[in-house]
Amino acid sequence: MSPADSWGRYPHVEQQTRSLVWRSDALPHGEGSLLPRGLGRSYGDSCLNAGGTLLLTAGLDRLIDFDPTTGLARCEAGVSLDTLLRLCVPRGWFLPVTPGTKFVTVGGAIANDVHGKNHHRSGTFGRHVRRFELLRSDGSRRMCSLEENPDWFGATVGGLGLTGLVTWAEVQLVPIRNPFVVQETIPFENLDGFFRVSRESEADHEFTVSWVDCLARGRKLGRGLFYRGNFAPSQFERLPLAKSHLSHGAGLAVPVDLPAFCLNRLSVSAFNLLYYHRQRGRPSQQLIHYDPFFYPLDAVHGWNRIYGRQGFLQFQCVVPHATARDAVKELLERSARGGLPSFLSVLKTFGDLPSPGWLSFPRPGITLALDFANRGEKTWRLVEALDRVTREAGGAVYPAKDARMGPESFAAYFPQRERFAPYVDPAFSSSFWRRVNPVSLPMPSLEGRGDSAAPPASLLALR
Amino acid sequence: MKKVIVLGATSAIAQATVRLLAARGASLYLVGRNAANLEAVAKDASTRGAPKVEFRALDLNDCEAHGSLVERAWQALGGLDGVVLAHGVLGDQDESQRSWAAAELVLRTNFLSAASLLTELANRFEAQKAGTLVVISSVAGDRGRQSNYVYGASKGALSVFLQGLRNRLAKSGVAVVTVKPGFVDTPMTAHVPKNKLFASPEQVARGLLKAADGRKNEVYVPGFWALIMLIIRSIPEPVFKRLKL
Repeated sequence: MSPADSWGRYPHVEQQTRSLVWRSDALPHGEGSLLPRGLGRSYGDSCLNAGGTLLLTAGLDRLIDFDPTTGLARCEAGVSLDTLLRLCVPRGWFLPVTPGTKFVTVGGAIANDVHGKNHHRSGTFGRHVRRFELLRSDGSRRMCSLEENPDWFGATVGGLGLTGLVTWAEVQLVPIRNPFVVQETIPFENLDGFFRVSRESEADHEFTVSWVDCLARGRKLGRGLFYRGNFAPSQFERLPLAKSHLSHGAGLAVPVDLPAFCLNRLSVSAFNLLYYHRQRGRPSQQLIHYDPFFYPLDAVHGWNRIYGRQGFLQFQCVVPHATARDAVKELLERSARGGLPSFLSVLKTFGDLPSPGWLSFPRPGITLALDFANRGEKTWRLVEALDRVTREAGGAVYPAKDARMGPESFAAYFPQRERFAPYVDPAFSSSFWRRVNPVSLPMPSLEGRGDSAAPPASLLALR
Repeated sequence: MKKVIVLGATSAIAQATVRLLAARGASLYLVGRNAANLEAVAKDASTRGAPKVEFRALDLNDCEAHGSLVERAWQALGGLDGVVLAHGVLGDQDESQRSWAAAELVLRTNFLSAASLLTELANRFEAQKAGTLVVISSVAGDRGRQSNYVYGASKGALSVFLQGLRNRLAKSGVAVVTVKPGFVDTPMTAHVPKNKLFASPEQVARGLLKAADGRKNEVYVPGFWALIMLIIRSIPEPVFKRLKL
């Protein structure tokens, strides 16, 4: 992967890079504005900085401290969750919150205030960050926590890397007895089925998530498989913890960009149909290692290449409980009708634990994630429509997965943006930030240079 | 190698090596110029499993201090059985041609300081009849080229010094391992455009430890450099001198 691309491989922009090496170093000077970048797993343009400079944090990958009695881990911001897992699982600890890939950095997990299958129990990643150091372009360094500089803490958690560089952070891990998860798979026949199983599952299950067959329509709309799980109880304790990291990655990889015709309505339909019926309509239970449970896609390195050179658009939104049923129904109907099926569609209930981050995405309600191969204007129009449905339902779209929401949407989704704006480092910016703030540009002269995030002209007219 | 002194411990290759050694449970004594950076490497190593990690900030070009440095490391870890010598500078060939001071600094850092440290350490290893000396030289030391012969000369001298040391210490059971990396993607080469020949510091570190474990004499990492350098060395001098290398 070229460091110039985001995970969705769209848009493509021209930008400089500078590698960071030591956490005590001053920020380097780069061309234009600066933006920290970890492993580049954000899908859209929140990890891109057209005409500016990316500060690559891969070199800030040192561990600083880990206390196996308290589970408190301190590390540099470029350390990946994969590295933390290798460190802590053999000693009986696990990440308090993990997204669907372990190839993200701690800095990125803070900047996007990521969530996982346990959001209804544990909230977002930011809730478990005890403190971090924030380095600003004026050379100042601040210790940020809920007690110390709480405003900087609130701005930086979910702050999309715009408030400065997080050099290191301290994360409270959670104890586990073994690396295995008891997973139950429960088929549900439609959207009402999802709501029912979800309600029944939340009290007794640490982890819940659902895959939705987004091509099913009519009475079967919203059918899918509900996965719920808990870390295995103590009778599995004798299974070897120390070897638990050995299963990381199956070593598969997508070596080339697949041509566009590989992903079409037929192949996606076939996949969805087979996937649903693999379960044969019956619930099942199995003991599985945490790695395939939390990170099924990590087993295929570079899976984003199945979408070919044009990349893909992710769409993830959350809609409040009050409007969720109708909104999710409409979102699924529209994407099924759009003629551009989503390959992986995921539904999950968010809990009501608040995040300390002002711009944090998760909030109480139902979240739906879809991905669409980028087929130009047609895809744009569909995703634009989904955005409208989300807005009308009083929901929000996830910046880390977005390459197209407009300023009005951003303003509607993130009411704390005006409180946040003064905390943006004057030397920092991103393609995303300039897109959703077209009026108050931090560096207006850079705009438009190599920034291909603009939608097709005819769609601009639609707005 | 269970008690290892790492010289130039903040270099990218050394850091990658330190991680592997820490994961194996080796105790480490780290030496470099910048105390804050050394501390970062030291904490990383102890968090990754090194039972004991000490560090000392020192300019290794100060050869007078080498005796006391080795003594301190010896005391700190209760003896030593391994050395990873990784400090060095690339220098700037143009500047080295213009100014002897610049050239001398490259020779001092890459050769004189290394030879001085190796003298101290080799004598102790010879006396205890055990130990492994792993030294990072370079493919550039295999033949002088106009584009970097000052750096090449410093590494070539180091390689020859190591050959002699190996010959001397063979009967004492002390291994002397010369590691010759090719291009490595590190801050030292940050200004150089990268191509397929570049290896990662992690790759070099793995090759380095494999060579140390196997008590090898001279290794190229990655291995394909052995072939490249065989060809470079085989070109007759009347031809070679006309090449733009």
